Amino acid sequence: MATGPDGKVVIDPMHQFEIKPLFGDELGLFTITNSTLWMALAVAAVATLLLLGGRGRNLVPTRMTSVAEILYGFIRQMCTDVLGHEGVKFFPYIFTLFMFILFSNLLGMIPGSFTTTSHVAVTGVLALAVFCSVIVIGVMRQGIGFFGMFWVTSAPPALRPVLAVIEVISFFVRPLSHSIRLAGNMMAGHAVLKVFAGLAAMIVAAGLGPLVVLPIVGMMGMTALELLVSVVQAYIFSILTCIYLNDALHSHH
Amino acid sequence: MVHMRISAVMASGAAFLAAPALAATEGEKKGGMPQLNFESWGSQIFWLVVSLVVLFLLMKNVILPRIAAGLEERSEKIEDDLDRAATFRRQAEEAEAAYEKALADARAKAQEIAQGAKDAVQADYAAAVTKADAEIAARAAEGEKRIAEIGESAAEAVSEVAADTAGAVIEAVAPGMGDDKAARAAVSELLGR
Repeated sequence: MATGPDGKVVIDPMHQFEIKPLFGDELGLFTITNSTLWMALAVAAVATLLLLGGRGRNLVPTRMTSVAEILYGFIRQMCTDVLGHEGVKFFPYIFTLFMFILFSNLLGMIPGSFTTTSHVAVTGVLALAVFCSVIVIGVMRQGIGFFGMFWVTSAPPALRPVLAVIEVISFFVRPLSHSIRLAGNMMAGHAVLKVFAGLAAMIVAAGLGPLVVLPIVGMMGMTALELLVSVVQAYIFSILTCIYLNDALHSHH
Repeated sequence: MVHMRISAVMASGAAFLAAPALAATEGEKKGGMPQLNFESWGSQIFWLVVSLVVLFLLMKNVILPRIAAGLEERSEKIEDDLDRAATFRRQAEEAEAAYEKALADARAKAQEIAQGAKDAVQADYAAAVTKADAEIAARAAEGEKRIAEIGESAAEAVSEVAADTAGAVIEAVAPGMGDDKAARAAVSELLGR
């Protein structure tokens, strides 16, 4: 949001997603930007919480320990539920993804902060990493039989080629939906918050003082919803990762 | 899940459509969504990979082993405590059993003693009763004997008196006709009937 040249309030909900170098103007491969800063903060926050929480050596856990252990137990349970006993091997990877996304999303809720996960570049890399590891692990585990999952043997023979086309498309769309879902959710919510905020500013500027309550109430509701979405999207991203990995680990025939 | 997916895609689609339109009202400096400004992708991807690798290594080597160790230690401690509690419980149960046994023993012993005392008293009582019975019987027999003696002597005296009376009567009626022996025989014949 900004004040236009003629002093009028204008709503620019996408302004918050702009990536700016922290030092200088150049935007190269190694440039440290606001995105870099918030990624580092997310890593630092995750590490701080889990390191402080993991330190607990007393019989009755402290609050920090409880939080760390609940997160640990929750994701570990999810891994073993979806992937079976082998899921433990992928637990560090999935826990890293979950914690990074969760903290990026939640840190993004701080007013004035930057939401790294609202960028498709970020979520795309996360999703592509999952997609590539699924293919690599699948081929390593099941050999060429991994691609048998496109050939639905339980369907009538005549339908199988048609289903194969659909299965192949849905398989290759996965990284797209996986990444756009997260980035889209984060971006949409933040943009809506900005629109409400801009509306509030416009109402004040237009001299309709008391009416400002409406967008503020809207913002409160949206903030609560966005907090929920932040957690749910991190969960969805990691459980989908588990489900995709399950395809690689276990043949469906 | 499908619903979530659909709504998520729709929301992102709506944002994609709405964003340029809203941004356009400002008069456009850079144009389009910052997300699609590919200039920034290199830096974003590079630092994302760095962050993820750092976090992953930290997780795998430090954080997760520590949390796992903490959890295991706690569950072991709790298990130990439960084991100890079970031991104490067993000990308490054993102590209770020993106590119950001692109590039962004592009760049995008391019963035994009471029974012994009762038996002894019973025996004494029975002995005393038989002794008393014997004494009573002896006394009764003695009494009967004396009664019989008295009766006998009385009968003797009666027959004597009767014979004497008969003699006297006969003397009075017919003097010199009295026969003491015949009178006595007649009296004893009469009495003996």
